[in-house]
Amino acid sequence: MAGRDINTEEQQWLESTYGKVVNKVGERKEQFSTDSGIGVKPLYTPLDFAEKDYLTDLNYPGQYPFTRGVYPTMYRGRFWTMRQYAGFGTAAESNKRFRYLLEKGQTGLSVAFDLPTQIGYDSDDVMARGEVGKVGVAIDTLADMETLFDQIPLDQVSTSMTINAPAAVLLAMYIVVAEKQGVDQAKLAGTIQNDILKEYIARGTYIFPPVPSLRLITDIFAYCSQNTPRFNTISISGYHIREAGANAVQELAFTLANGIEYVRAALDIGMDVDDFAPRLSFFFNAQMNLLEEVAKFRAARRLWAQIMEERFGAKKAKSKTLRFHTQTAGSALTAQQPQNNVIRVTLQALAAVLGGTQSLHTNSFDEALGLPTEESVKIALRTQQVIAHESGVAETADPLGGSYYIESLTEEICRAVEKYLDKIDQLGGMAQAIQAGYVQREIQDSAYKTQLEIERKEKIVVGVNQFIDEKQTENELLQVDPQLEKDQKRGLAAIKSRRNNQAVQDCLRAIKKTAQEDGNLMPLIIEAVGYYTTLGEICGVLREVFGEYQAINV
Amino acid sequence: MAEQKIKVLIAKPGLDGHDRGARVIARGLREAGMEVVYTGLRQTPEQIVRAAIQEDVDVIGLSILSGAHSYLFPEIMERLKKEGADDITVIAGGIIPEQDVGALKELGVKMIFNPGTSIQEVVDFIKKEIQG
Repeated sequence: MAGRDINTEEQQWLESTYGKVVNKVGERKEQFSTDSGIGVKPLYTPLDFAEKDYLTDLNYPGQYPFTRGVYPTMYRGRFWTMRQYAGFGTAAESNKRFRYLLEKGQTGLSVAFDLPTQIGYDSDDVMARGEVGKVGVAIDTLADMETLFDQIPLDQVSTSMTINAPAAVLLAMYIVVAEKQGVDQAKLAGTIQNDILKEYIARGTYIFPPVPSLRLITDIFAYCSQNTPRFNTISISGYHIREAGANAVQELAFTLANGIEYVRAALDIGMDVDDFAPRLSFFFNAQMNLLEEVAKFRAARRLWAQIMEERFGAKKAKSKTLRFHTQTAGSALTAQQPQNNVIRVTLQALAAVLGGTQSLHTNSFDEALGLPTEESVKIALRTQQVIAHESGVAETADPLGGSYYIESLTEEICRAVEKYLDKIDQLGGMAQAIQAGYVQREIQDSAYKTQLEIERKEKIVVGVNQFIDEKQTENELLQVDPQLEKDQKRGLAAIKSRRNNQAVQDCLRAIKKTAQEDGNLMPLIIEAVGYYTTLGEICGVLREVFGEYQAINV
Repeated sequence: MAEQKIKVLIAKPGLDGHDRGARVIARGLREAGMEVVYTGLRQTPEQIVRAAIQEDVDVIGLSILSGAHSYLFPEIMERLKKEGADDITVIAGGIIPEQDVGALKELGVKMIFNPGTSIQEVVDFIKKEIQG
């Protein structure tokens, strides 16, 4: 309308209309801010978007910098992959759970391994006592992997494996199982987590020191770029960084910094950026602050696209797209009034979908109490199905794009992340920043701050520090039978006695020699697992050569 | 009489890598005036008992979220007894299902803290146990 000016009117609104009410009745809090401490204004308007250019900063879905999504059709083409992380006890039991989930409409598999497997110990190792089959499936040899995927055609599912330090061994087993099913490895689809840097700072299942660990990772990149072109060779994970206490900005900053370090490592061995970058994938957390999480996912895409183009000169569009998996936040689940967690998971899952995730795991409401039951896992999956089929949010790409607040927050997160990236560059990159304890300290400070905010009731957690019920609810929980550890050990002993032990020894010697020298370890590990060499034996010779990581005291 | 500082060992038994809770509690107890030693990850029962004796602690706080407590806690309690160190107060936190709590308390674990516990509750409990 002629004669009207938004700058003037906004100032007037703030001072008279809004200001009058605030002066009279006040607001709930002195200051409003997101979980990352970004200040939240009473209102966002076109003025907050004035400096941005639609085509440069947002653009269309499937176009650089991909702020609005990595694919042109997003969920109009197909929904995200509903991928529930599962696996417990023996391979046979996990196989049963996988087939149950596939039958209930899940579209991708996600394997949880037990801790001994994740740290490279066989089930009969003294370090494995009491841990076998507890938080995931125990895998000692190829035989366990054959059982795990029994009657699951590997050319028709995509499989995500949460495995890091010994990722090469588990990937090798997966390739051999496929071969035995008659499936060409070129057809395999899925992801290995293979992200060691976040293990040092957040998740704790490291084995080797950083330098040989990065070598194993780039060996995988090089092998897969030639042989398994549909397999994601890494899932650069902010999830665990967030769970360890980081806020949204830190989660994104440290994840992207880890990504930068992996790209550098691959370039250092002479790979071309466009040969491996399309297979890099990401994994983020979805926490409670719905709008900040949506903005975080959008910021992640924009920043990674810029990093790949500007820092690393990537040419292919696929090298610049940040594709990601999301899991709802385990740390947001409460042991008190656990049914409330169904609602929390719904909000978090909604954030992931509004943020354009490629796949999603929704937690079960009883996970703060113990391992989830079949019933609670089903509710978690149903949550995704309700969002997909009933809520309408999947019908258009990036439905919150253009919201004054979302766009402003996306921009603020980008700027805050860039500050961290500058700081990490100054420290000499992420490996150095971790070695200096900088990253760990940042995360621990945030974790402590969050705890104090909850204790001072500056942050309300329903059922925990307000709206408390005295009555405790009784819950049915899943129990892992202690007999399982014994059975697993017996199975392992049987395989060791009937396999070709000469071939196993030869393979181990070859792995050791190549580890000491140069050359890609992947083909040797694939050969070794084919002879039923155990995970612990392979990691054992690598431990001899590479040594073990000693955590620094922060 | 100058009051002796309460000394606490915060330990992570087994292979579990979740140490957010352990670290937050360690810091909270320190800020409440206690002397705290944190073991770091992947401690065997042997290592934990040895550290507790060497450091001459009043309290051991075990943190575990992996489900291996039903094997590891009895091991630790037995070794403490064998070494004559069962005067040390043992408390625990993490993800420990309600149905396991009774058995662990029978072994001598004084208190199991659930997710959602405040630092203050832990501080108060330790002070009451040690200083009466």
